[in-house]
Amino acid sequence: MTESYGVPISIKMKHIGELIVQDKRLDGRALLDYRDIKTEVGVIENANGSALVFLGKTKVMAGVKIQTGAPFPDTPEEGVLTVSAELVPLASPSFEPGPPNEESIELARVVDRGIRESRAIDSKKLCLVPGKLVFIVYVDIYVLDHDGNLFDASALASMLALTTAKMQDFELKDGEVIFKEGTISLPLQNHVFEVTMAKIGDKLVVDPSLEEESAVDTQITIAVDDRGNICATQKSKTGAFMPGEVLEAVEIAQTKARELREKILGGHLNES
Amino acid sequence: MSQTKSKRLINEEGLRIDGRKFDELRPIKIEVGTLEKADGSAYIEWGKNKILAAVYGPREVHPRHLALPDRTLFRCRYHMAPFSTEERKSPAPSRREIELSKVIREAVEPAIFTELFPRTAIDVFIEVLQSDGGTRCAGITATSLALADAGIPLRDLIVACAAGKIDGQIVLDLDNIEDQKGEADLPVAISPRTGEITLLQMDGIMSREEYEKALNLAIEGCRQVYAMQQEALKRKYASEEVGAKGDDEGEGLS
Repeated sequence: MTESYGVPISIKMKHIGELIVQDKRLDGRALLDYRDIKTEVGVIENANGSALVFLGKTKVMAGVKIQTGAPFPDTPEEGVLTVSAELVPLASPSFEPGPPNEESIELARVVDRGIRESRAIDSKKLCLVPGKLVFIVYVDIYVLDHDGNLFDASALASMLALTTAKMQDFELKDGEVIFKEGTISLPLQNHVFEVTMAKIGDKLVVDPSLEEESAVDTQITIAVDDRGNICATQKSKTGAFMPGEVLEAVEIAQTKARELREKILGGHLNES
Repeated sequence: MSQTKSKRLINEEGLRIDGRKFDELRPIKIEVGTLEKADGSAYIEWGKNKILAAVYGPREVHPRHLALPDRTLFRCRYHMAPFSTEERKSPAPSRREIELSKVIREAVEPAIFTELFPRTAIDVFIEVLQSDGGTRCAGITATSLALADAGIPLRDLIVACAAGKIDGQIVLDLDNIEDQKGEADLPVAISPRTGEITLLQMDGIMSREEYEKALNLAIEGCRQVYAMQQEALKRKYASEEVGAKGDDEGEGLS
């Protein structure tokens, strides 16, 4: 297994490149195929919402905690969303204990951007006392096994955890919050899916595995919402895209996001 | 970005709050070689943004174990001064600054012949002294010039500019208000000789058609800034030739 992380021998990198030219991939996938995706929700009883996503051998858990707190001064009537990501050391020999590094910060911020900009959470409904008290939604991403494409796995786990999250029922009486028996769903009004594509040679491949990531020239992550709008983009890794490749990537992302919505989210919507 | 549309960002005549047309850049002033001690430096005023970039290196790598046997270690720190924003910003690096440092590094590195300087480090420090939206683009533009000023061989001068969507329209070079109240922001860096995109981020909501329009507009903006970048560099070399350093530059930080 050791050769399957970090810097695989250059022969393998070359092999990946040669296969891609023939539209083939090391694990037999077509260029635009995701690895097998398996999902479970409600895996952590102590969280308001949780999900575990298996993207091939990549394994990411997301937990949602909903607490009350103060709103931001510039959005006094909106709830707060906070996304963090932990690359825990058990997930990869390249992860070390310690404060968040730039990799985990970028991961958290790209997932955050998709959820925030798509306005997936109806944050107006999370206001309790304007300017004083709102619900704060914490999304914590926990990478458990790193075999590539943490962006899409983390975004999917976060979306599923939010979609199935339950919070304590409440009502407002004369500006006072009264918590009631029972739970309600977290108010959502949109969903967002992130699709990562790597450029290897002059081809775009969807969902790069860790082995492929080592042979990647550059990559792009595009977040697409329920209506097919683009909500966030992040080019990451050095290297460059031509404008035409970016527009091609946008189109692929729209198709793939629709598939994720229908195949993955669809099943869980019925559950919740 | 807030949803409130209390104030319009584009008026009846199609002009923006600061009077610009949809495809107009803010005024840009660039000065190369403003710092004494740095190996290379540049200062840029882009609208109200005031940003310094300095380059140190190629130099010894500290800590030494980070040194790369086959190429230089290119590092980049984007940082905002505590007084650069409306509310005081804590000087400790925020998550935003750490992410921007990463994407700026990844945007600029493709232009550097890193293999020419194995076992060394090239450090870039970007200090935002005043910010008004679009600081990463201005920072990248200044960084390329600072690298050139340091005499580091470059494939190209990476240049950056953003486009976005405000009041439903695609516009060039968003300032802070437009970024806060608008619908989307799409910063782009390109390598102008090849047309390759080395930085691409987006937040907000756009359709595919709008995205394409904004991308093309941002690239067009990059090309305009590129011309100014080249001019600034030529001014620097011209002033060196006559041995009167910075004689025609009345302002800035030199």
